[in-house]
Amino acid sequence: MELLWDGLTGALQLLLERDTLVLRAAWRSLWISGLAVALAGCGGIPVGFLLAQTRFIGRSVCVVLFRAGMSIPTVLIGLVCYALFSRRGPLGGLDLLYTQWGILVGECALAVPIIVTWTHRAVGGLDPRAAETVWTMGAGPLRRWWVLISEARVGIALALLTAFARCLTELGIAMMVGGNVKYRTRTLTTATAVETARGEFDRGVAMSTILFLVALLVTVLHAWCNRGKRER
Amino acid sequence: MRGALVWHRLARARCLPGAALCFLTIVGSQGCVAEKDPSSVTASAEPPKAGVLRLATTTSTRDSGLLDVLVPGFESQQGCRVDVIAVGTGAALRLGEAGDVDVLVVHARNAERAFMAAKYGTRHEEFMFNHFLLVGPASDPAKIHALEPAAAFARIATGKHVYFSRGDDSGTHKRELQIWEQLGGLVEWVDYCEVGQGMGPTLMMADEKQGYTLVDMGTYLKFKEKIALVPLVEEANSLRNPYAALVVNAARHDKLNAALAGAFVDFLISQPTQRQIADFRISGRALFTPTRLDAAP
Repeated sequence: MELLWDGLTGALQLLLERDTLVLRAAWRSLWISGLAVALAGCGGIPVGFLLAQTRFIGRSVCVVLFRAGMSIPTVLIGLVCYALFSRRGPLGGLDLLYTQWGILVGECALAVPIIVTWTHRAVGGLDPRAAETVWTMGAGPLRRWWVLISEARVGIALALLTAFARCLTELGIAMMVGGNVKYRTRTLTTATAVETARGEFDRGVAMSTILFLVALLVTVLHAWCNRGKRER
Repeated sequence: MRGALVWHRLARARCLPGAALCFLTIVGSQGCVAEKDPSSVTASAEPPKAGVLRLATTTSTRDSGLLDVLVPGFESQQGCRVDVIAVGTGAALRLGEAGDVDVLVVHARNAERAFMAAKYGTRHEEFMFNHFLLVGPASDPAKIHALEPAAAFARIATGKHVYFSRGDDSGTHKRELQIWEQLGGLVEWVDYCEVGQGMGPTLMMADEKQGYTLVDMGTYLKFKEKIALVPLVEEANSLRNPYAALVVNAARHDKLNAALAGAFVDFLISQPTQRQIADFRISGRALFTPTRLDAAP
């Protein structure tokens, strides 16, 4: 318990002292996961939407595959990215290994199935009369889709938040693709793992405390979105 | 409208068996991977009679594969189970200070002395050594081949070449810092990459980026086939790397298995084990030199 308590006070101290390593790792974690979710959202929301609104052969297979994709272990994504970006790999020329952009690509791959599945559920769970009503009022397909998306916005926001929390707290991709290089690819999770490996347990607890606080904030937002959903 | 709703439900119901199947396949395949993991072999499910010995060791010892050879012999001799926790030397010493492990195998003389002086340990036995190597790309852009270690480090730093540092307070990292200290302290440059990881990953990263790194002989030989880096500075006396076993002071903590820890240290310096260490080879090359082996009869 002493360890955790020292860690908590240590975390506050590191934040108050604006410890550059901690703040840079925190900022890096935030922007990489944020951008990864934004990019994954650009692709994932339309895909989830199409899966819910259109009918084609193999659609349910796609749905199941995306749903299964949500449980891919991050170390597997990390390993695949590593194999692709390695000097001997097919994408070695892009020089993505041990860079922030490499982590970004891996976290996009992590976020896409989550966003597709949750968007699909949110849009699929809408009252089908909504679409019909807009249709009968003479709206074109684009307009109709826009109405559906705004109807499902709470569900989509939940999808994005879930994906963000998952990207922020994952370790496998950041470690294997980012390599935890100090000042360059060290994130909150890899820093936690490394500080613990160095025996600097208080710094480890400090880092994970910051991580926990951000995750807590996301959860509160999540709950807040859900509350709105129930009232509606 | 009703039709659409029913279709929806049907579609969802049809998904279920598929989803279950996918889930089972994924879980199943993960289970198989776990079974094949060599690290789980040491922690076998057999019920230990003489208890469990918690051994904190350096990643270099584990990655070399030496423990996989020595530990099963000790387990069957004592009827116990050994849980190996592979971390850097710094973390291993911290685990010992906290009383989280019974025995340590580490390599950082100064830190070991401090550990003993602070009465965290009751016994300190050096039992083998190997050498560090400075490896780098075959093209050797810094031209350090066959230089003295300190001169080689100086060239890497002045030329600002890609260098990968463990950065994890391990014995290897401490040794690297010692060399920088000799040169008047480390001034980090852009391509000085501190990765904070074990020896294996650091070596692989240096290989990926074709940089220089300091590595212990054991890990290098283990990874030799997989990497394109070549040894450039080796067998220098100043790069000698002694390993020691330390028994954690049981008087400071409850629940430490001091008897088994002592037996393990005795086991390491016993003649049969010392012989085993001398005979331990990877691709025909001896990794460690035992220091407690009596002259051959």
